Amino acid sequence: MKLNKTIALGVAGILSATVVFADSHVDRAIQGAINARQSHMQLYAFNLGILGGMAQEQIPYDADMAAMAAGNLATLSTVSQAAYWPPGSDSAAVEGSRALPVIWEDFAGIAAEGQKFGEAVAALNEVAGTDLDSMKAAFGPVGGSCGSCHRAYRQPE
Amino acid sequence: MLRALTIVAVAGVAGAWFLTRPASLPDDTFAGMTGDPEAGALVFAAAGCASCHLAPEVTETAETVVLAGGRRFASDFGTFIAPNISSDPEAGIGAWSDLDIANAVIHGVSPEGAHYYPAFPYTTYANAAPQDVLDLIAYLRTLPADATPSQPHEVGFPFNIRRSLGGWKLLFADAGWTVDGDLSPEAERGRYLAEALGHCAECHTPRNALGGLDRSRWLAGAPNPSGEGNIPNITPAELTWSETEIAEYLNSGFTPEFDTAGGEMVDVIGNTSQLPASDRTAIAAYLKAVPPIE
Repeated sequence: MKLNKTIALGVAGILSATVVFADSHVDRAIQGAINARQSHMQLYAFNLGILGGMAQEQIPYDADMAAMAAGNLATLSTVSQAAYWPPGSDSAAVEGSRALPVIWEDFAGIAAEGQKFGEAVAALNEVAGTDLDSMKAAFGPVGGSCGSCHRAYRQPE
Repeated sequence: MLRALTIVAVAGVAGAWFLTRPASLPDDTFAGMTGDPEAGALVFAAAGCASCHLAPEVTETAETVVLAGGRRFASDFGTFIAPNISSDPEAGIGAWSDLDIANAVIHGVSPEGAHYYPAFPYTTYANAAPQDVLDLIAYLRTLPADATPSQPHEVGFPFNIRRSLGGWKLLFADAGWTVDGDLSPEAERGRYLAEALGHCAECHTPRNALGGLDRSRWLAGAPNPSGEGNIPNITPAELTWSETEIAEYLNSGFTPEFDTAGGEMVDVIGNTSQLPASDRTAIAAYLKAVPPIE
């Protein structure tokens, strides 16, 4: 009887150790996906900053720089995000994520937002190197698209 | 003795009944004034009316502003559903007099004399200038009618006793300006936009157990009323952006780091971007004058 109990405890111990290991493993994978998508967003922000600085007339318009930044945005918008959004990486499940659970309930909705963003960025990329006014006109819809997606799918803070 | 007690009790009930009665504006509030719908369109934007009263599936940028209502606002007290305030005479407010609409906006009182729930930020609008209210009404009358009936709020006992809102108003309404002292004319304009029309504090200031704003923590951030995350502290203790950066954010939605606004702020920026640039700068000047709270 005593031996049985000891074995049972030992088995339970191994099981819980496995669970803890499995947990930390899952955490690492989810953390990796969160890091990747947040880094992707940082790359958007950096390139938007170059164009936005010119659009807001804080830095002088430079056609080559504008074309470069818009080209980067266009490239970034075509990078596949298929592995960025594993289940369990939403704001309700994980500390440090502001991705609302509704994303996983409404993939069609967020895909439509992504499509809109891709189109706005492609249009910007066509004209960013032409002149300041054309760039400004095409920059507005890109910002609008960011906001439109953040409105429904990102937690305030 | 019993009789005396009864008299006191009756007087108490009568007093409470008297104190909680819905207030209304004097009949001559708008005497000699005319509403200008064009100016009213800016008041409408500054006051953020569309952010609540547009139909749920309509975006702020819709060319035709149809105030059919139907958006749902969850809270600790129940779910409030924005009513139809289109110009439809049956479903909306088309048949109301100017004074009826003004009493609703400023005092939170219906034409039938019932209290509105303070999900409608009339405690803020109470500070609005009568001319602005009249301009707003003139603008509302130019908007299209929609026959969608308003839906009842989903509010349980005891919050469904509307008369008790009279007591709530005694405690929390008519507070006047929260940020006072020496303000530049620009910051004063900003205060008018933020405290009278824009109702920033409704989300950015925490509330007490009765749902009144905790004015000692004005704009210092609060839990998101819809339950997801927090609404940020926008006092100078946390919001360290320059005035130019704040004004730019209110125009384009871009933060200085070129992140963008999200959540309800997207609708707010849809409104503030319609205002003259000087108004956005004024709001920025006001935010710099707000006492810093950690």
